[in-house]
Amino acid sequence: MDKRLEEMVKPMPQQITYANILFWGAWGGILLMTLTYIIYLAHILPPHVDVNLVVQNWHKGVAEYREITNSPQGWNWLFLLAKGDFINFLGIAFLALLTMICYIVLFFGYVKKKDKIYATIVIAEILVLALAASGLLGSGGH
Amino acid sequence: MVKKIFEKLLLALGMVLASPLFALAAEGAVNGGKPWWFWPLILFFFCLVLGVIAVLAGVGGGVLYVPLVSGFFPFHIDFVRGAGLMVALAGALAAGPGLLRRNLASLRLTLPIALIASACSIAGALLGLYLSHLNPAYVQVALGITIMGIAILLLCSKNTEKPVVTKQDALGLALGLQGAYKEEGTGEIVEWKTHRTLVGFLLFIIVGVMAGMFGLGAGWANVPVLNLVMGVPLKISVATSKFLLSITDTSAAWIYLNKGCVIPLMAIPSIIGLMLGSFLGVKILAVAKPKFIRYMVIGVLIFAGFKAIDKGMGWNIIG
Repeated sequence: MDKRLEEMVKPMPQQITYANILFWGAWGGILLMTLTYIIYLAHILPPHVDVNLVVQNWHKGVAEYREITNSPQGWNWLFLLAKGDFINFLGIAFLALLTMICYIVLFFGYVKKKDKIYATIVIAEILVLALAASGLLGSGGH
Repeated sequence: MVKKIFEKLLLALGMVLASPLFALAAEGAVNGGKPWWFWPLILFFFCLVLGVIAVLAGVGGGVLYVPLVSGFFPFHIDFVRGAGLMVALAGALAAGPGLLRRNLASLRLTLPIALIASACSIAGALLGLYLSHLNPAYVQVALGITIMGIAILLLCSKNTEKPVVTKQDALGLALGLQGAYKEEGTGEIVEWKTHRTLVGFLLFIIVGVMAGMFGLGAGWANVPVLNLVMGVPLKISVATSKFLLSITDTSAAWIYLNKGCVIPLMAIPSIIGLMLGSFLGVKILAVAKPKFIRYMVIGVLIFAGFKAIDKGMGWNIIG
């Protein structure tokens, strides 16, 4: 009985793998974000949108702001990585992609364990996250 | 050790942000006579204090960030929600590894809930952006009501340390939603299992929609559902909730990100300020009186909620 409980207290191997990826990924992403922000503030790279234009318009709704500042939607920021402001999206997007990376690793773990229910849940979540990240839902309309 | 290096790095950034070098980079006085760096700098220090308070009060940063920043800073609610989600996401991602390694956050419990909540948070984010496009006041008023509701929930909810679950339901059993953890102080091993699993899952639909709609981390709702409805011990509920946010907020964050609702100039000082504040908060926690701070936060939430309603309705009572 005690041995069974001792076993239950230990995290599953998938949980440890997830934790390890998350640890290095999260702190790596935050470090990247910090560095790119310093690049931005120090004007090492010229910004796409002048900072004064940003502060003059950040009280406006996103559609109006995007139009005035000629800011991109979806993944189009990738074309502006040479700009001081949009290079910041590397760290931000990395943090937002991290869970998907962890889930892909988890999927193979559950397949190996032949845990069909959890492998299905994991693949469904990957699809949900991929749909959200794709920009299909976020960049249309207004 | 890595954590300490990052703490120092974040502190260095704080000093850089506050340094006159960047003040010199100002290209002119705009924004009501204030240079461009004024608001990011104020936001950084504001979030630093917010991070300390959030840890001491045991709430997520997002729930304080969105109503207070949308009420007292000049940013449109679209950008505040985008930054709010990134703030909650970064905090949850950083906290996740420790919680998983100590087996306090249960991956098995998180995965099915995360699927429901994250899919619904996408719907919530789209709904929130649609309403904001129609009239930002709709979102402000709804946010105000929600924040006041959260304050009442925090005031009234009596979480149970170790809920008694006599019989696990079929869904919980099929998904293997059980586990055990060791009480650090006593060394006692506490076994847990879920009941009312389906009801809990259905409630996470609402939680997901609200998290996406307002850009709030939803720890305030996750914990009562896990603890009071599903019978998960409080420690496991709190840790699983924090980890859950890293997944729920990811899907909603993408919607805001793809719409262009994340402005790095204001989002990054918010994230870094709150994270640094959280580190400081953990250190202060040992000497602080959390109960007093918790009541103070409830007061602040009621005030922030009323401020959001006031702004949305255009009453201008608070100004």
